[in-house]
Amino acid sequence: MAIEKQDVAAIARLSALSVGEEEAGQVAGKLNHILDVLETMQSVETDQVEPMSHPLDQVQRLREDRVTETDQRERYQRIAPAAEKGLYLVPQVIEQV
Amino acid sequence: MQDWEVVIGLEIHAQLTTHTKIFSGSPIAYGAEPNSQANLLDLGMPGQLPVLNKAVIPKAIRFGLAVGANIGRRSVFDRKNYFYPDLPKGYQTSQFTYPIVEDGGSLDIEVDGQTRRIGITRAHLEEDAGKSIHDAFPGMTGVDLNRAGTPLLEIVSEPDMRSAQEAVAYARKMHELVQFLDICDGNMQEGSFRVDSNVSIHKPGTPFGTRAELKNINSFRFIEQAIEFEIERQIEIVESGGEVIQETRLYDPERNETRSMREKEEANDYRYFPCPDLLPVVIEQTDIDQEARAMPELPDAKRVRYQENWGLSQEDAQMLTASRAMADYFETLVDLTGEAKKAANWVMGDLSKALNQDGLTIDRSPVSAKMLAGLMARVDDGTISGKMAKQVFAAMWAGEGHADDVIEAKGLKQITDEGAIGEMVDRVLAEHPDQVAAYQAGQEKMLGFFVGQVMKASKGQANPAQVNAVLKARLAQA
Amino acid sequence: MHNLSLKTLSERLQSRELTSVALTQHFLDRIARFDGELNAFVTVTPELALEMAQAADAKLDRGEGHRLTGIPVAHKDIFCTLDVKTSCGSKMLNNFLSPYDAAVVEKLKSLDMPMLGKTNMDEFAMGSSTESSYYGRTLNPWDHRAVPGGSSGGSAAAVAAGLAPVATGSDTGGSIRQPAAFCGISGIKPTYGAVSRYGMIAYASSFDQGGPMARSAEDAAWLLEAMAGLDERDSTSVALASTDYSRDLSRSVQGMKVGVPEEYFSEGLEADVAETVQQAIGELEKLGAEIVRIHLPNKDLAVSSYYVLAPAEASSNLSRFDGVRYGHRCEAPKDLNDLYTRSRSEGFGDEVKRRIMVGTYVLSEGYYDAYYRKAQKLRRLVRDDFVKAFEQCDLIVGPVAPSVAFDIGEKTDDPVSMYLADLYTIPVNLAGLPAMSIPAGFARGRPVGLHIVGPYFEEHKILQLAHQYQQVTDWHHAVATDYR
Repeated sequence: MAIEKQDVAAIARLSALSVGEEEAGQVAGKLNHILDVLETMQSVETDQVEPMSHPLDQVQRLREDRVTETDQRERYQRIAPAAEKGLYLVPQVIEQV
Repeated sequence: MQDWEVVIGLEIHAQLTTHTKIFSGSPIAYGAEPNSQANLLDLGMPGQLPVLNKAVIPKAIRFGLAVGANIGRRSVFDRKNYFYPDLPKGYQTSQFTYPIVEDGGSLDIEVDGQTRRIGITRAHLEEDAGKSIHDAFPGMTGVDLNRAGTPLLEIVSEPDMRSAQEAVAYARKMHELVQFLDICDGNMQEGSFRVDSNVSIHKPGTPFGTRAELKNINSFRFIEQAIEFEIERQIEIVESGGEVIQETRLYDPERNETRSMREKEEANDYRYFPCPDLLPVVIEQTDIDQEARAMPELPDAKRVRYQENWGLSQEDAQMLTASRAMADYFETLVDLTGEAKKAANWVMGDLSKALNQDGLTIDRSPVSAKMLAGLMARVDDGTISGKMAKQVFAAMWAGEGHADDVIEAKGLKQITDEGAIGEMVDRVLAEHPDQVAAYQAGQEKMLGFFVGQVMKASKGQANPAQVNAVLKARLAQA
Repeated sequence: MHNLSLKTLSERLQSRELTSVALTQHFLDRIARFDGELNAFVTVTPELALEMAQAADAKLDRGEGHRLTGIPVAHKDIFCTLDVKTSCGSKMLNNFLSPYDAAVVEKLKSLDMPMLGKTNMDEFAMGSSTESSYYGRTLNPWDHRAVPGGSSGGSAAAVAAGLAPVATGSDTGGSIRQPAAFCGISGIKPTYGAVSRYGMIAYASSFDQGGPMARSAEDAAWLLEAMAGLDERDSTSVALASTDYSRDLSRSVQGMKVGVPEEYFSEGLEADVAETVQQAIGELEKLGAEIVRIHLPNKDLAVSSYYVLAPAEASSNLSRFDGVRYGHRCEAPKDLNDLYTRSRSEGFGDEVKRRIMVGTYVLSEGYYDAYYRKAQKLRRLVRDDFVKAFEQCDLIVGPVAPSVAFDIGEKTDDPVSMYLADLYTIPVNLAGLPAMSIPAGFARGRPVGLHIVGPYFEEHKILQLAHQYQQVTDWHHAVATDYR
C-alpha cells in the first residue's frame, strides 16, 4: 500500500496542509518509509481480538446540566488573530456547507 | 411508460432542551450576543476536554422508547473530521458506529386517509456547529460560536417516504412527538428543529436513484415545495438523458427552487474514529425502565382517548393535541370542570382566538386552565349567561382578575328573580300594545321582539330562559 | 542548594531557615547563568516566580501551607499557564497566551509552588530528542553533544542541571521516561487517568499522561501526590483510592517479585546499556527482590501500533490549530483554504506535519481497517501481555531505551530510527500502565536509566522499589561537572 505523489496531495488536502509539487515525491518517500514499519502489523492474526480504544475499561462520567461558564468574550478574543464586533473573522466564505 | 417513484428519507436535527451545551457548562440561550456563550471548550482552546451533559441521556432514551427502537446500551462518541470556520475543533463529536438509539423504531403517518409506517434507522447524539455570518463585513465572514456545542439528537429515517406530502406528514409528526416528549422545543425559526431531505427518483423494481440532499429548510411548507421542485428537477434531468449527481442543494423560498451548493472538488472523507476524550456511554436497564415509567401519553393515544372517552370529534381531538401544552391545558380544564365538550369549545374558541390575536402560545396564556374553569362554573350555575361569559373572559384576558372578581366588579350577575323579571315583562308588554295584539293575532315570531326588549331593559342581565317562559305565560293570559 | 532533596528543602522552608524567595532567586540565577547555552526553557517567568515565592513565604511565616509550599517548579510547555505563553514547542502557538491554567498548574499554584518558567520540548510532544522544538534544541547537561531525550527534554535537562528542583512532564510514548534516562534523573509516568489531562495540550489523547520529573524517587512521589487525583473536567480522569505515593517508600522489597522480560534484552539493545541494566537488576536482587523471567511476546508490534494510533489521534487533535481563534495565522490569506493551509504549513514543523499526514492516511477510507483498526487490536494484545505478566510478578524491570543519549542531529534525518528507539517505553503507553525511569549508571559517560513498570494504579510500588534502590546506590545524586 505505497503512497504515490497524487496520494500525498489528497492527504495534504484532508490535513489542510500544503505540500508543493516539488516536495510531494520526497514527502511520499518519508511517509512510505514510516508505513513500511507499520506493515509488520499485518503479519499478526487478530480476527478474534476486540479493538481497544481506551487503556482503561471505564465508562463515561456525566456532568450536571448546570451553567458553569460566564461571558469571557473580551478576554478570549484578545488572543484572536482577527475579531471584530464579537465575531471571529475569516476570508469570505461563499456558500455554507 | 412506467411512472417514476419518488424515494425520500429525512434527517432531522432536534435541539435537545437543556440548560447547557452537550460537552461544556456554557449556556445555550438563543439570540445572545455573538460569542458571549462560547467558552474555552466551545472555542476549541488547546487542552480543553469534553464531559457529557447528564440531561441528554434520558431525553434520547425517551425518544427511542417512544418510536419503539432499541436503545444502544453502550454508545460511543466518534469524531467526524473536517475543516470549517464554524467547527472550532476541526471535528464534530457525533455517534457514528454505536448510536444511542439503534434500529427498530418507526412512526405512523396518515396521508389521504391512508396510514403508512415510516422506519427510523437510528438517532444519535451530537454537537451543533456555530454560525457563519456572511453579510457583516465586506470580504470577510464572521464566525459566531454560541451555537457550537448545542446538543442535538439527529433522527435518521429509512428512505420510506414516497411523496412530498408523506415527507411533510412525517416531519410534522416528528415535530409533534419531540415536543410531547419534552425533549425539544420545536422552534423552527430558531433552528431548534431542522429537516434535511434526501430525495431521489427511480422506476419501481430498479435500484434507488442518486439522491440529492436538501438542507436547512425552516418551515413545513418550504419542505414540501422544495421536495416538489427537486422531484421535478430530477425527472427532467433523467428524462432528457442526464444524470442526477449526488450533492447538497439549498432551497430558495423566494424563487421556489433548489440550488447546488458549491460543488466539492473531491468527496469528503470524514475519517470517523472513536473520540479518545470520551468514554462509552453505558445505559442500564434501570435507566430505561425509569424513562418508560415517566413516558408521557403520546398524541395518537390522546386522540383516541378524547374521541372514545369524551365523545369529541376526530377534528377536535386533532386540534386539541396540536401541542403538548395545548393538550395539558385542555386536560386540566376537563379535570376541573368534568365538561369535555364545553372545555373543548372554550379552548378552540375564545381562548385560541385570543392567543392568536396576541401571538401567544398556550403555555403563556394570561388565563390559566384553572381560571377558565372558574368562569365555566359560573355559566354552569347560572350566575352569568354564555354571552356574559365572553365579556368576562375578555376582561380576564386583559388581566382584570378571576371570573368572580370580574362579575362582581362589572355587576354582571344574571337576574334570575321571578318577580323582577315579571315586572320587566309587564312593563314591556304595557309599552307595546300593538305588538301584543299582533302576537295574539297569530304572529308568534313577535316573541323574539319581546325577549329583546326585556333583555335590553335588564341591560342583558336577565336570564333569557326565564324571560322566555314568563313572556309566554303572560301573553297566553292576556 | 540546587542539589538538595525536596524533603530537605521543605524542612528548611518550614523551619524558616530558608525563604522561598531566596530559593526561587537561586534557581532563577542558575537559569540566567546556564540556560543561554542549555536552552532548557522556552519561557522564564522571574516576576511571577518571585511574586509566588513571596506569597509562599507569607504563608510559611504564618505556619500555614503544604510540605511543597515555597518549592519552585518548572512546567513543560505543554501545560497551559494563564496569561503566560504556552507554545507546546511550536511556532503555531508562539503568540499563545493561554487564557487558563491546566489542572496540574492550578494544583501546584494552589500549593504556592513558584513557577520558574516553561520548559522546552519536541513540537507538540512529537519526538524523542527535543530537537523538533521551534525554540531550538536543548542540550544534555551530561554531554553537550548529546540530546536530552524527548519530548520532555527541557524539563529533564533543567532538573539534571539544577535549574529547577523538580519539573512537570508528559509521556505519550516515553516522553517522561526516556529524557529522564538520558539526563540521569527520576521520572514517572502514572497510570493513564491518574493525573488530569485538562489543560495539557493533546498529542494523542488515549496515551497522554502528565507526571513528575525529579532528582529522586522520593521527590517524584512528593510531586506526583500533588499532581494526581480526580478532575471532573477530564472524562478519563480516575477517582484514586489513594494519592499517598510515599506510603511504601521505606518498606523493604524483600520477596517482591520483579519480572525481567526476555524479549527486552534481545538484539538492538546496546551491550553497555544491557550490562548497566543487568547490574541494576543485580542490586535489586541484593535488596531481596526475587527476579523472575517473564515474556512480553508482542513487544515488536507495539511500535507499529503506536505509530498508527498516536498520529491518528494527533491528526484530529491538531485540527483546531487553524489560524481562526488563536495561534499563528498567515499574512493576508486570499481565501479560506489559503488561511488554513498556509497558517498550518507555516505554523507546524516537519515532524508534526508528517505525523498529521500519517494519521490522516491511516484513518482515511479504505485504510482504516488495515491500519487504525488493526492497530487497536494489537494494542489489546500488548495490554494482555502485561496483564498476563503481572500474574507472575509485582513489577517489571528492563531498559528504558536501547542506547544512551544519542548525538544531536544523529537521527533527525531518519524519523523512523527515532520511532524504533521508543520500543521499550511505548508498550506501557498502549496499555496505560504506570512506569518509571531511574538513574542506574553510565555508559560512555552518558546516563543509563532503569525502567520499572507496574500494574494499574500501583505507582506506590514502583516508587518503593525505586526508592529502595536509591538507598543503596548514588546514581541519582550524580551531577554533571559543569552544573555542580
